[in-house]
Amino acid sequence: MNRIAKKVGFWLSVFVLVSPAVLVFLWMISLSLKNELDNTAFPPVFIPNPPTLANYVDVFAKNNFALYLWNSILVTGGAVLFGLLVGVPAGYGIARGKAHKFAVLILVARMTPALSYLIPLFLLFQITGLVGSITALVITHLVITIPIIVWIMIGYFENVPMELEDASRIDGATTWQAFRHVALPLAKPGIVVGGILAFIFSWNNFIFSVVLGGKASRTLPSAVYNSLTFEQISWGPLAAAALLVTLPVLLVTVIAQRQIVAGLSAGGLKDG
Amino acid sequence: MTTTSLPASLDDVTATAARESADFTPRYWLFSLPAVLVIAAVIVFPWIYTLFMSLQDWKIGGGSEFVGLGNFMDLAKDQRFVESMGHTVYFTVLAVVLPIVFGTAAALVFHREFPARGLLRTIFIMPMMATPVAVALVWTMMFHPQLGVLNYLLSLVGIGPSAWVYDPGTVIPTLVMVEVWHWTPLVMLIVLGGLAGLPKEPYESALIDGANDWHMFRHITLPLVWPFIMVAIVIRTIDALKAFDTIFVITQGGPGTASETMNIFLYLQAFQFYKIGYASAVVVIFFIIIIMLSLLLLYARQKSKWNA
Repeated sequence: MNRIAKKVGFWLSVFVLVSPAVLVFLWMISLSLKNELDNTAFPPVFIPNPPTLANYVDVFAKNNFALYLWNSILVTGGAVLFGLLVGVPAGYGIARGKAHKFAVLILVARMTPALSYLIPLFLLFQITGLVGSITALVITHLVITIPIIVWIMIGYFENVPMELEDASRIDGATTWQAFRHVALPLAKPGIVVGGILAFIFSWNNFIFSVVLGGKASRTLPSAVYNSLTFEQISWGPLAAAALLVTLPVLLVTVIAQRQIVAGLSAGGLKDG
Repeated sequence: MTTTSLPASLDDVTATAARESADFTPRYWLFSLPAVLVIAAVIVFPWIYTLFMSLQDWKIGGGSEFVGLGNFMDLAKDQRFVESMGHTVYFTVLAVVLPIVFGTAAALVFHREFPARGLLRTIFIMPMMATPVAVALVWTMMFHPQLGVLNYLLSLVGIGPSAWVYDPGTVIPTLVMVEVWHWTPLVMLIVLGGLAGLPKEPYESALIDGANDWHMFRHITLPLVWPFIMVAIVIRTIDALKAFDTIFVITQGGPGTASETMNIFLYLQAFQFYKIGYASAVVVIFFIIIIMLSLLLLYARQKSKWNA
């Protein structure tokens, strides 16, 4: 009897823990699949009957969604690729050169609110005429991607045994070759983790695009936000747009759950 | 390969060691050079420039004039700023304590083996990954006083409607609720990492001594994972101070200025009133707090022997 009570209690706590997440996401899906009448009905209609894809059609037809999607892909893709290009060797350099002070600088950069970079970068882009360009957004998103990639790579390279590189250098390899052919392949899981987390945080970033993005260059999060303020609020299309914005990130979370968990417990922390 | 000429390679090893001590750092610094240049441009330059701007009376469109610490003096006297700090403290305390409690409880649950654990854990961590703006929009719809689903759910269990974010008295707790929903999973993951490394022996001997679950948690688990909880507390504090996206989307600091945190205040000063110097002074204050918390984080991490 006692054991059954314990079991029920345990599953009840699992239910309580998981239900807030389930509720919000299911409600998001429900809103996106209902017509406007059902969305503003009270008491609320929970199950779309019949479900309609009209809201999704609306999102693509009326809101330039495809353009903003492309902007997001360019900005996040550019910032992640460039971040990996300079961040992975930097992680190696810091780990092997034991540049602890530089590592602390990276951590502080990681912790600094994104908002605090905005004023100087905004002025800089104004002077150079880059405000409203995709280039400005890619450069700004490096503020997000580089610190997280470097921080994670430091951890991974520190765990690659030095002996292997020493052995390769005895065989005549240069430091670069030791990095390229010995350390780098061994740290590949770290590159995957760093790339995924950088992708998620860059994709989710909102404020950079609000201030620096132009009408033609803004990324998805700020584009969806703008559709909230400038149009008569209609819940269905808004929920559909919101779902589409966050869908790539949720898919990556499901597919790469193990890497994400590993990365975050390796100190990837979050961005903001 | 190396076995063919053993003595030579031994010489090489000592030679390498000698070289290593001679130019260890410069050799590896080259790897960091591109990142150093980029970081200097997009991260360190903004920091220094912000410091410079914070000492100026500077408006976009107007000129700038050196005022020393004038902006900081003005901030101290600015009722709206002082209130925003109060809101930030209120928000931060709740948005640290609640996720720590729930996240630790969740970690204890997910540490156990049970069917479908992987799937349920994935669902549980999804809020943390979801795009904050997208989720904030859905919350906004759920908070609608007349048509929102939350008030309907409350009415089902016999609780009267809440004004949620539309009332100055409930707006911050409501925003905290969203923050808790978002970031409890991160606390769970950090504490779960701590639980994974726990030794088994103390529990076995405690069981023999007839300890119950609560005793074992209180006297064995909690002290052992405490360093990890400390790490989580520091990270949560930094993140709660940084909270911006959801507050901005859901209330923009309103109603009135009831949910205007330092972050929102800073944003409005800079990009609505264009008082660049004034806003930069807020950033500097922020930055000092963040540096202190980051150092605390390094210290806490070292104590948790949390190897990356």
